[in-house]
Amino acid sequence: MSGAGTNSMGRRPLLLSLIDGKGWIFLAVVAAAAVLVPLLNLAVPEGSAFHVPTYVVALLGKYLCYALLALALDLVWGYCGILSLGHGAFFALGGYAMGMYLMRQIGPRGVYANPLLPDFMVFLNWKELPWYWHGFDSFPFAALMVLLVPGLLALVFGWLAFRSRVTGVYLSIMTQAMTFALLLAFFRNDMGFGGNNGLTDFKDILGFNVQAQTTRCALFVATAIALVLGYLVARYMVTSTYGKVLVAIRDAESRTRFLGYRVETYKVVAFVVSAMMAGVAGALYVPQVGIINPSEFSPANSIEAVIWVAVGGRGTLVGAALGAVLVNFGKTYLTGALPEIWLFALGLLFVVVTLFLPKGIVGLLTQKRQQRQEISPRDESLAAEAGIGEAGAVEGGKA
Amino acid sequence: MIPDRGLTNTVLYLDGVSKTFDGFRAINNLALTLEHGEMRAIIGPNGAGKTTMMDIITGKTKPDEGDVYFDGTTDLTTLDEASIANLGIGRKFQKPTVFESHTVADNIRLALKDERGPWSALFGARNRIAPERIEHILEIVRLIDHHERLAADLSHGQKQWLEIGMLLAQDPKLLLVDEPVAGMTDAETADTARLLREIARDHSVVVVEHDMAFVRDLDCKVTVLHEGSVLAEGTIDAVSSNERVIEVYLGR
Ligand SMILES: Nc1ncnc2c1ncn2[C@@H]1O[C@H](COP(=O)(O)OP(=O)(O)OP(=O)(O)O)[C@@H](O)[C@H]1O
Ligand SMILES: [Mg+2]
Repeated sequence: MSGAGTNSMGRRPLLLSLIDGKGWIFLAVVAAAAVLVPLLNLAVPEGSAFHVPTYVVALLGKYLCYALLALALDLVWGYCGILSLGHGAFFALGGYAMGMYLMRQIGPRGVYANPLLPDFMVFLNWKELPWYWHGFDSFPFAALMVLLVPGLLALVFGWLAFRSRVTGVYLSIMTQAMTFALLLAFFRNDMGFGGNNGLTDFKDILGFNVQAQTTRCALFVATAIALVLGYLVARYMVTSTYGKVLVAIRDAESRTRFLGYRVETYKVVAFVVSAMMAGVAGALYVPQVGIINPSEFSPANSIEAVIWVAVGGRGTLVGAALGAVLVNFGKTYLTGALPEIWLFALGLLFVVVTLFLPKGIVGLLTQKRQQRQEISPRDESLAAEAGIGEAGAVEGGKA
Repeated sequence: MIPDRGLTNTVLYLDGVSKTFDGFRAINNLALTLEHGEMRAIIGPNGAGKTTMMDIITGKTKPDEGDVYFDGTTDLTTLDEASIANLGIGRKFQKPTVFESHTVADNIRLALKDERGPWSALFGARNRIAPERIEHILEIVRLIDHHERLAADLSHGQKQWLEIGMLLAQDPKLLLVDEPVAGMTDAETADTARLLREIARDHSVVVVEHDMAFVRDLDCKVTVLHEGSVLAEGTIDAVSSNERVIEVYLGR
């Protein structure tokens, strides 16, 4: 990565030049999926062996949402050592913001045919729309909230935690507590988010039927685009000097302070950007699965996301996305074939990765490639790259 | 007595400083002043409070009582580490602490004096640091041939030098250097003394060290710390013939 942030002219190079080999492979795969999946769904007749059924389109779209969540998590965990066990909360908040928009789109087509109030409010005998539901009939407003609500929570949480220098296990526990508190809150009927059942029975998004084949394909493409944008934002951040400071904080936090960096501000910025990305992932997830309920806040979801990143390789971005897709593919398969062993399989996977693959799949591949290159003159930038992906954060900063 | 801090020519002024850890007085009514451009060696047995003194100056540890002033007027006890660093106080740790997963050049890049905010690091000046500035520092600390290596791969002595290079890159007014030659060969130690003397020409420097030959090489005033306060102060010859100092060192 040396020199990636600056070229010989001392200028910040174009974004495209910041993408490395595995980044290009990643972008190519996502782009190919964005073209092929809808094509094979819409243009290939149902009987054909090449036809991709609509439910598979939605399933793949869900995987891409998880990939974006994993990318967001990798930005703070892989590069800054902030092990968030509460990223599912940001994902769910983005999901609820989108869900509220979709609820308002139902309009008078609900069971109770109330033009203003969603069914669950009529059922609870509510007479008017709570103030925080206002504005969600507008897509731009809802889209803004998808970014703002998780971003604001991350800002407040991060500012309090990082300023008080909460780190390590304590921080992880606090993030778990945060998502658990939200889980309990969203379960309550009087919160006005549909309680236990959450938000569902969606009809339209931007005037198109959410269930329609074409809408599903469009949502898939939108998710692929969001994933690519998320990757580009994260890649820009980690290759800039800002990213180098993040890694410095990860490896030797107090040393970074003694150089005059305000560690808490750096952490808050990363945490907020990451939370917003997770929010977008959640917002794209909801129309594709057709429901959002409080279980999305469950602490286990956030822990699962950490496992995806660990499996793919923390501190590599691409690895995080890959891990999310692979693990969820396994989950879909196993929960179908042998539902009772899924949790054990996940636990086992985590143990195996921690013990034998500390740098995850991508770390392993990078290492393999380096070993092959050892014979020829060693590519320095690759070596530096591997260092960035170092899983074991060096205990540092001790005076 | 209130000292005339604004007028006295001190870069560092400590008076009546005390710090207790769990009932143990690590720093006990410590007084020390350093003039602009001065180099000072601090010696003292293990546990004398040398590192704790640096912790207090750099904001890592808050003293229980006492005055700590920088440049005659700035009260350091109210500031945090980052603010103190940005005032122009740089520090090398006792255990060499460099950013192991960054290259040698990037370690210097991060240390170089410039804006420190995230905005600048994302989009601004921090990304436009001229390579010559990095190379210049690396030449001084003789790591220019290693500039693309990972800091983790350096030898112990090279890490010490890299950290000194990071200090130089910060271009502080005052450098606090904690045991810079621990783990170095005699030749490296002599080089380090030469380097520090050179740095001291236009910086104020405080060096903590056990190695007497090295301290003699530094050729500057020596302060002996013992049980958290100053036991003796003067030339190396004067303090090493001081009876109380001999007692403290031999009496252990
Ligand atoms: N954070 C702390 N908590 C408790 N005790 C501490 C702390 N920091 C220092 N001490 C104690 O204060 C005393 C002075 O320690 P300090 O590290 O300043 O000594 P030193 O002069 O630097 O010694 P050395 O030559 O071994 O580096 C020691 O007894 C140490 O155990
Ligand atoms: Mg010490």
